[in-house]
Amino acid sequence: MIRSGVVNETGRRARYNLWTLGTLLVAAFVAAPVLSVLVLATAPSGDIWRHLSSTVLPHYIETTLLLMAGVGAGTLVIGVGAAWVVTMCRFPGSRLFEWALLLPLAVPAYVIAYVYTDLLEYAGPVQGALREMFGWRNRRDYWFPEIRSLGGAVAMMTLVLYPYVYVVSRAAFLEQSVCVLEASRTLGKNAWQSFFHVALPLARPAIVIGVSLALMETLNDFGTVDYFAVKTFTAGIFDVWLNMSSTAGAAQLAAVMLAFVLAIIGLERWARRGRRFHATSTRYSALPSYRLTGLRALGAVLLCALPVAFGFLVPAGLLLAYAARHYEDSLNGPFLSYLANSLALSSSSAAIAVAVGLFLAYGVRLSKAAFVRAVARFASVGYALPGAVLAVGVMIPLAALDNAIDAAFRSAFGISTGLLLSGTTVAITIGYIARFLALSFGTVEASLTKITPSMDGAARTLGLGPAATLARVHLPMMRGSVLSAAILVFVDGMKELPMTMLLRPFNFDTLATYVHQFASREHFEEAAVGALAIVVAGMLPVILLSATIRQSRPGHAIPPPIAAPARALDLS
Amino acid sequence: MRRIAVLLSVLAFALVSAPWPGASAAEEVNLYSYREPALIKPILDEFTRQTAIKVNSVYVDKGMLERLKAEGTNSPADAVLTVDVGRLEDMAEAGVLQPIKSAAIDRNIPAQYRHPDGLWVGLTTRARVFLVSKDRVKPGEIATYADLANPKLKGRICTRSGKHDYNVSLIAAMIDRHGEAAAKQWLSGVKANLARKPQGSDRSQAKAIVEGVCDVALLNTYYVGHMATNEKEPEQKSWVNSASIVFPDQAGRGAHVNISGAALTKSARNKAQAIRLVEFLSEDFAQKLYAELNFEFPVKPGAALHPLVASWGLFKADAPGLLGVAKHRAAASRLVDETGFDGAPGGS
Repeated sequence: MIRSGVVNETGRRARYNLWTLGTLLVAAFVAAPVLSVLVLATAPSGDIWRHLSSTVLPHYIETTLLLMAGVGAGTLVIGVGAAWVVTMCRFPGSRLFEWALLLPLAVPAYVIAYVYTDLLEYAGPVQGALREMFGWRNRRDYWFPEIRSLGGAVAMMTLVLYPYVYVVSRAAFLEQSVCVLEASRTLGKNAWQSFFHVALPLARPAIVIGVSLALMETLNDFGTVDYFAVKTFTAGIFDVWLNMSSTAGAAQLAAVMLAFVLAIIGLERWARRGRRFHATSTRYSALPSYRLTGLRALGAVLLCALPVAFGFLVPAGLLLAYAARHYEDSLNGPFLSYLANSLALSSSSAAIAVAVGLFLAYGVRLSKAAFVRAVARFASVGYALPGAVLAVGVMIPLAALDNAIDAAFRSAFGISTGLLLSGTTVAITIGYIARFLALSFGTVEASLTKITPSMDGAARTLGLGPAATLARVHLPMMRGSVLSAAILVFVDGMKELPMTMLLRPFNFDTLATYVHQFASREHFEEAAVGALAIVVAGMLPVILLSATIRQSRPGHAIPPPIAAPARALDLS
Repeated sequence: MRRIAVLLSVLAFALVSAPWPGASAAEEVNLYSYREPALIKPILDEFTRQTAIKVNSVYVDKGMLERLKAEGTNSPADAVLTVDVGRLEDMAEAGVLQPIKSAAIDRNIPAQYRHPDGLWVGLTTRARVFLVSKDRVKPGEIATYADLANPKLKGRICTRSGKHDYNVSLIAAMIDRHGEAAAKQWLSGVKANLARKPQGSDRSQAKAIVEGVCDVALLNTYYVGHMATNEKEPEQKSWVNSASIVFPDQAGRGAHVNISGAALTKSARNKAQAIRLVEFLSEDFAQKLYAELNFEFPVKPGAALHPLVASWGLFKADAPGLLGVAKHRAAASRLVDETGFDGAPGGS
């Protein structure tokens, strides 16, 4: 960390430069895997593009765009809608839904896809019961939506990805000053108008981050689309890589996907250029709670209950039923070590990813240079790449570094160091950070934009350096978002499969790789105990997260030791 | 923040102090495996029991070759176990393997299942066969891969994605046998006969026969074995009981087979132990166990079959076609694109 010192003109400039330099260095380190994929893309790939564009490429693009549109719309409506009603309204179960809405986050997309296929396919219990009830004999007697389809993939991904939008939107709604809402109501707007004209635009940076995280996750998914035979761009990357044995071609497809993601992000930024999202007032009175009754209450309950039921209760329930049948095969010594490995990797990655994300977001804020912002954002774009592809990007520079160190030691001391980092848990951790930085950087950056720059000015005038300003002024206001970031990374780490598989050392398993062992041989019921463990391990921090977010509202004494009347932020 | 920093340093220490691979002094061999741990663990345990050589393994699927290439001469891997001759050939061509020289292996495994220079060794085979409905398909009604494109089977065939390894492998074999143009025509014909868009796994196709969706499904033999003996999900037994296996092309080049195999890495530091492991895998005991665990066919002549596998009868396998399969994989994958095989069924 940079020490704060005496503030003078030259000192300040030196510090800024140091922050900028540090930001660029850290960003470059995290971006190395993405860069090495881009380097792979520079190799010749023969006529693969001509082949693809004359055959399947238009279909890949169409499917991918439809999938993104569906998941984007679904997560936006559910995530923002649910966040708004639980933050602003009181209705039966609203306190419960505050945290229950987060639970589907803990369910891996590949697991929910298996579960619903089991339930909804022809031989599954749902269609079986319908046939029984109506006396249908076979497939030709009736119509039933095909779960293994684009629509099915949209539904599955929406159910497990809307919590990204929910968590950041809720944090944004909680962090926003109620004065603007009151002003809006005073000016004659009704509750809906205030939501659409004031609250929603103010929360835009956060909502955009949430939706873009959900969409990047949609792009990087291979398990679900592969299982559902939905041919997306990502499916194309794997086909070119593994079936056509063209690493360069696959890397080129990946590069195109990244360019697309960056273009979308850039476009959104451009569309809101010059707007500011921080509250002009620092007074935070208690949020009003509109008490909903009758049909409105019912609507709110349904809006919250359906995603939780379909995104969590159904899959967790089915896993529980399978687990009850097979637990004696699974719960043994190694199982606990897999759990420990998962927990250690996910928690250390969460801590580091949040620290790095915070450092980068604050570095960007300090430097204000568009270039620095672009570099930091580029560093977090790895999230959009399929895990296995990003893992290759991690391996190449890491192994090159290891081999260079080995060569240096051989020539200088005649000893071989071998591969120091490749194939160790450190490599996996680096992989997780490269993959999940988008979660921490995005969440933290969105939260920082809500803090008025005059806050920085005041703190600096009062003699705090940049680091101290961050630690003593910003962090306390961002507690909720920082914790959200940590838990998003943690939960995603628990679910992470492709990078763990490729980067891990010998004789090393996590819960996710353990589940994969069974799932890859289609012994899904036996995988249930492991899958359930992932869900439960992800649930606990999710509940903790919710409690913290609730207390995180600026101005709320945390925890309230005395009934302090002061609501304004104390800067002293 | 301070708490996070403390937590961080503790965890960093824990990670760094974790045991490094290959640090111990006892005899060992390091394995990158594409085969699932449950399938090979009993065999590796037996190897360790007999030889006192410890086996460290890591299951790696996508990206194993990239990992070997990146790690280079310092790679800790001594040997790889994998499926699909194409994958073995990719590794051979990438230069990450070295020849295995062993009289025992040469004696145990017929030459057609070994790389010409010994860069890889086949250990088991699996055949891509037809599973046909006992009620709805007459004996002899379908006997060859060419029959799959016969219009009389319109709307009666099920398969998984044409892009899956097993189908890419079969299509590559058809290119090898009949040339690319004929193979493309054949694939279009198969597509025209599909009952539904290619989806699911091999098992799903067996299930589809029971459900009446289709009459003929393409399956790898070991799936039939797994389903027929599945005590944990016994409903799968009924999927195969209502159908029978047909080994295609018995009057021609034989059923298309692919292999699982082993190879020695160029970087191998425990070379002798790694060769010892592959030798062990080529001997009767491991051949029997290896084939039994996954209902595959041993490549060593005379090694015992699983009784269920034996009940399917002897068949002619297209072993000489293996190298051709590896060579035409990329072209096969392109044919799947060109014919729109994975799209909605119909056409031609």
